[in-house]
Amino acid sequence: MTTTARPVGPPATTAATTGRRGAAWWLPASVVVLVATVLVTVTVGPADLSVADVWRSIATHVGLGGALGLEPLDALPDGMVWELRLPRVLTAAAVGAGLAVCGVVMQSLTRNPLADPYLLGLSSGASLGAVLVLVAGLTVLLPVAAFGGAVAALATALGLAGAIGTITPTRTVLAGLAVSQLAAAATSFVIFWSATGDSYREILSWLMGSVAGATWTSVAITGVAVLVLGTLLASTGSILDAFTFGDTAAATLGVPVARVRWLLLVGVALLTGALVSQSGSIGFVGLILPHAVRLLTGARHRLLLPLSALCGASFLVWADTLARTVFAPREVPVGIVTAAIGAPVFALLLWRGRRIA
Amino acid sequence: MTTEARAEARTDAPARVAAEGATDGLSAARVSWSASGRLILDGVDVTAPAGAVTGLLGPNGSGKSTLLRVLAGVQAPSEGGSGPGARVAFAGADLLALPRRRRARTLALVEQEASTDLPVTVLDAVLLGRIPHRSLLAGDSAGDRAAARRALDAVGAAHLADREVTTLSGGERQRVHMARALAQEPALILLDEPTNHLDIAAQLDALRILRVLADRGVTVLAALHDLQLAAQHCDHVVLLSGGRVVAAGDVRDVLVPHVLDPVYGVRTEVLIHPRTGRPVLTFEPAG
Repeated sequence: MTTTARPVGPPATTAATTGRRGAAWWLPASVVVLVATVLVTVTVGPADLSVADVWRSIATHVGLGGALGLEPLDALPDGMVWELRLPRVLTAAAVGAGLAVCGVVMQSLTRNPLADPYLLGLSSGASLGAVLVLVAGLTVLLPVAAFGGAVAALATALGLAGAIGTITPTRTVLAGLAVSQLAAAATSFVIFWSATGDSYREILSWLMGSVAGATWTSVAITGVAVLVLGTLLASTGSILDAFTFGDTAAATLGVPVARVRWLLLVGVALLTGALVSQSGSIGFVGLILPHAVRLLTGARHRLLLPLSALCGASFLVWADTLARTVFAPREVPVGIVTAAIGAPVFALLLWRGRRIA
Repeated sequence: MTTEARAEARTDAPARVAAEGATDGLSAARVSWSASGRLILDGVDVTAPAGAVTGLLGPNGSGKSTLLRVLAGVQAPSEGGSGPGARVAFAGADLLALPRRRRARTLALVEQEASTDLPVTVLDAVLLGRIPHRSLLAGDSAGDRAAARRALDAVGAAHLADREVTTLSGGERQRVHMARALAQEPALILLDEPTNHLDIAAQLDALRILRVLADRGVTVLAALHDLQLAAQHCDHVVLLSGGRVVAAGDVRDVLVPHVLDPVYGVRTEVLIHPRTGRPVLTFEPAG
């Protein structure tokens, strides 16, 4: 972070300017994309269901069947759409939206372009918490334990980064890596120790993330978490903007820096806990979505936060659709798909950010 | 210098109003600050009159930046060992006791090193200065954008509005930081080495902006490294050494050999500029 004079760059900012001009269209456009994504992806799948059948099932369940004069579907295909596919798509949407918002908030508060719930170990910590209570048979405590795990991982990662010296982006990522590896190893160990038979699949779905087992309960937990916590976090645009030039600048703009940082990071840990308790730790959504959206619209958080949420939702729904269809009838954990897309983007970010590391 | 004319022709109501009630400007007393047992500031008293440019001078590590941070409310002053604690008054109000947002509408701090990696445009960066003036849930209004444009105009950076901050030169970036502070419409502006890393033209530019602000009634306190610049451009100076005030007052009284030599460990000669009548300093190694 040097402020020595760099050569004057070319006025290559027309992209940013045009981005501002189109700003009014981004939100409605991404809402349309998300709705279309849900309506399309829910029809994609191995079972021989027509698009019309899928929508007929949904329309019947939401009470539009009578008004539209539709015949209900047979029980089997109807259950497949209503009990399996729709909860899965909606959970993926909620998880994607929540992770993207968490990523934006963490990147801004830690002034670290590499911050996200997965890289800093929050997701792994939440997974560990979740697995511990599942093994103990205390399923009711699932979201609470996941939250506890996320908070513990966050505190450990930041504490470790601070113990090495000044908290720099590189140190934070290194500390987060240590925490996340340890938590992932502990998660695997706990499952190995307790489970019999097919524990590999279970380990994989916690470590790599999966929404294959999503139910309407998952939709409720992740949906409520995103609507409540996600909306609260997404309304902090001006506060996050104030951090653009660092803590001191934020303080001189009237922001209570320490209090805001802790409140928002606890909010992030709560949301991550709720999401991970249903989906396992899905990587890279919180990392790459905010960067991709910034490239489109600039760094203003009032637009960046809601837009990242909407794009994150669509992204994860498509990633999950790929995960369940590309190798059909076999399924891969959705985290493999997000990692396959996210890792190259991550490498690109590291390369572009090398002067700040 | 068309920008100067424009800037002077413009009215800046809040600054004026504050200035009228603020005949005494900034006055801080007994400011101490220590880090891990080491006393960085030791009972510092500073005054900076309204409508004047006050320079804060001192060798490296004398506590200039720390003092500015305490005055700005970014760092809380340490408890005094004995006797009453620190008091920072501005325009009759206790600055440290003001609610944060009100303080942010009263004073602005231009930091020495404030950088970002985010793709923010200059206009958006300056608009950050409007945050204390609006609800945290609201976006920026047309009034905010007008204030940001005025601030950019005042520092002669209107043409940079759509550039990204990361693409600017050091001098341009310094102007943007000043514009961000001006957008806060402060009656008191604190600057930490505003001429650092700038070429001579950009240094003079920065100091000219400070003069324009002072002429409008704003209280200006700037930490400066370059004694020569301070001699040419400040009305008053405060000289810090080892966390204490060594001397304070008119430049002609403070920037003299018997004050400067022991503090900096050099031999100073003072000439008088034939045109401005201000002191011109030359330095040689001591001994």
